[in-house]
Amino acid sequence: MTVAAAQDLYASRFERFVAERGDQEPSWLWTIRRAALDRFHALGFPTTRDEEWRFTPVAAISESVFKAADEVTARVTKAQLAPYLLRQVSCTLLVFVNGRFSPELSTIHGAARGVVLSNLASVLQTDPGLIDPYLTRCATFDRQAFTALNTAFAQDGAVVHIPANTVLSQPVHVLYYSTASEPVVTHPRTILVAGDNSQGRIIEMYAGAEGERYWTNAVTEIVAGENSHIDHFRVQRESLSASHISSTHILLERSAVFAQQSVTLGGALVRNDINARLSAEGIECTLNGLYLGNGNCLIDNHTAIDHAMPHCASHELYKGMLDGHARGVFNGKIFVRQDAQKTDAKQTNQVLLLSDDATINTKPQLEIFADDVKCTHGATVGQIDAEALFYLRARGIGRDEARAMLVHAFASDVIDRISIEPLRQALEEALLAYLPT
Amino acid sequence: MLEIRDLHASVEGKEILRGIDLSVKAGEVHAIMGPNGSGKSTLAGVLAGRGEYAVTAGEVRYKGADLIDMDPEERAREGLFLAFQYPVEIAGVNNAYFLKAALNAVRKHRGQPEFDAMEFMTLVREKMKLLDIDSVMLSRAVNEGFSGGEKKRNEIFQMAVLEPTLCILDETDSGLDIDALKIVANGVNALRGPARAIVVVTHYQRLLNYIVPDFVHVLSEGRIVKSGGKDLALELEEKGYGWIEADGAAVHVPAR
Repeated sequence: MTVAAAQDLYASRFERFVAERGDQEPSWLWTIRRAALDRFHALGFPTTRDEEWRFTPVAAISESVFKAADEVTARVTKAQLAPYLLRQVSCTLLVFVNGRFSPELSTIHGAARGVVLSNLASVLQTDPGLIDPYLTRCATFDRQAFTALNTAFAQDGAVVHIPANTVLSQPVHVLYYSTASEPVVTHPRTILVAGDNSQGRIIEMYAGAEGERYWTNAVTEIVAGENSHIDHFRVQRESLSASHISSTHILLERSAVFAQQSVTLGGALVRNDINARLSAEGIECTLNGLYLGNGNCLIDNHTAIDHAMPHCASHELYKGMLDGHARGVFNGKIFVRQDAQKTDAKQTNQVLLLSDDATINTKPQLEIFADDVKCTHGATVGQIDAEALFYLRARGIGRDEARAMLVHAFASDVIDRISIEPLRQALEEALLAYLPT
Repeated sequence: MLEIRDLHASVEGKEILRGIDLSVKAGEVHAIMGPNGSGKSTLAGVLAGRGEYAVTAGEVRYKGADLIDMDPEERAREGLFLAFQYPVEIAGVNNAYFLKAALNAVRKHRGQPEFDAMEFMTLVREKMKLLDIDSVMLSRAVNEGFSGGEKKRNEIFQMAVLEPTLCILDETDSGLDIDALKIVANGVNALRGPARAIVVVTHYQRLLNYIVPDFVHVLSEGRIVKSGGKDLALELEEKGYGWIEADGAAVHVPAR
């Protein structure tokens, strides 16, 4: 299929969408959807001529037909989801199959008063005013075609709203699972709102039936209020044949402490955009990432941290391991605006190339307009340390085990920061299973 | 236990060892001394299986088997231990975890059951006392942020835990103050026994006051130019390596 035909397909699909659902959603949302679709049409799918997509061709998406979720059949049992669930934790689980909420696969535990653990489709019907101030507030689509497309089509996704002065004692686990009779595209839209002085841990996980080809086009909007403490775990375990395009838009308010650990283990074509805006003083923002690529996959992480106000700190550590013919892309932007004096920004990007054919394009991009700031960045690309490998082998540890130990050690910086023990264990296991033996 | 015959080895095409002959029997302690660049560390590296050294001639037999054919991990499992001159820092690998993996690899090879965490800790605690290792060191990453002395003590500590049959100490004394030197020597002496051989590679005689060798060999220009008893080390200390080099010049390739 040509790119133009694919774009037309989404236009005609939109008209059907309007005809079917026009009266089920508030009119303000339709205005936004229409604008988003127009924007998608004007922008078109990105190409490698676009600086932001220079190393990331999206032909796997733009030249393919992906059905809408309601055009395909899918049956998912709890057993299929078992590998992705947290053991021994009684947390709320919100499951979405092909982008649509599945009440029978979900478990919602009673949380503190006023906490909303729900899904977008329900909230739009019952209480649209709850998300009106947040939906599309962070995720602009002026220049991001995929975000525009998601905005036009997003029907469902997790909505987590923690009211002010409320602590979520258990993590909330959101699982987006894709499987279908034919290649399907989903546009999950996640909204996390943390009120002032609130606290919570949210796992946003993407997975799919192994070997299946599908496309996840996800957008997440996070608003963390004053003095809130939010831990966000983004875990991507899609099928190794899937395409995963996502953008996460984070708005942080005064003295908010936000930490994200983003782990990418799956997908053939992966692009994550993480945009954090530090809009007031005293904010601490951590964006960490770990990505593992093998075969012919392409994993692209684009992060942007916008220091708009003084006395904020941002820490960023991205670690990648690439084997086979895998390609990696990292672009880390840090903006320090004129008012953002006393900014402390640190960015580190480390990549381990496990084969001769794996490649990485890494680019730190700091734009600093304030004069009293501390900004550091560093990128390293390396192979497994031959001295360390010999040292381990000289103590009797076999070559493969020694290699696994070193790779595991490399990843531990990020894995160790996953404070939800069952999740950390599951990721450790996934990491070990991934390692060449 | 160890038979080295006419061993030649080179690194990046440059010959470093030019015909080493050495025989080490169980229960013996040999010291290999020599000036910088004489090939001491190369010899230790070749014995441990360092990849960058190419053996170009000669043979090394360890317990009757061809050592050069073996992978580094096979040598270690067969009881050969190299205490590194420069122990490697390995970020992210816990010292105790590493040591347990090493011990169990060796035990498995010997047909012994692997140690669980409890059995391992019991053994380790006993050896920690011997080398004055505190539990903080054990819980840190391998050699990461260790002082020079701590690294060397950690090497001998590993040796004490793994209980090898042939111990090769590559300049374990360099950079140690006298207290650390005594601890390290004490740890090595505790391992001396009729079934075990120790090869001490050193630049200075000082360590040999504490680890008294049965034989001393002087390496120069890639060959053993003189062998003797422990008194040879004292003689060297007194007269310096110049004496040996001058003495050996007639029979060896001239200095570069």
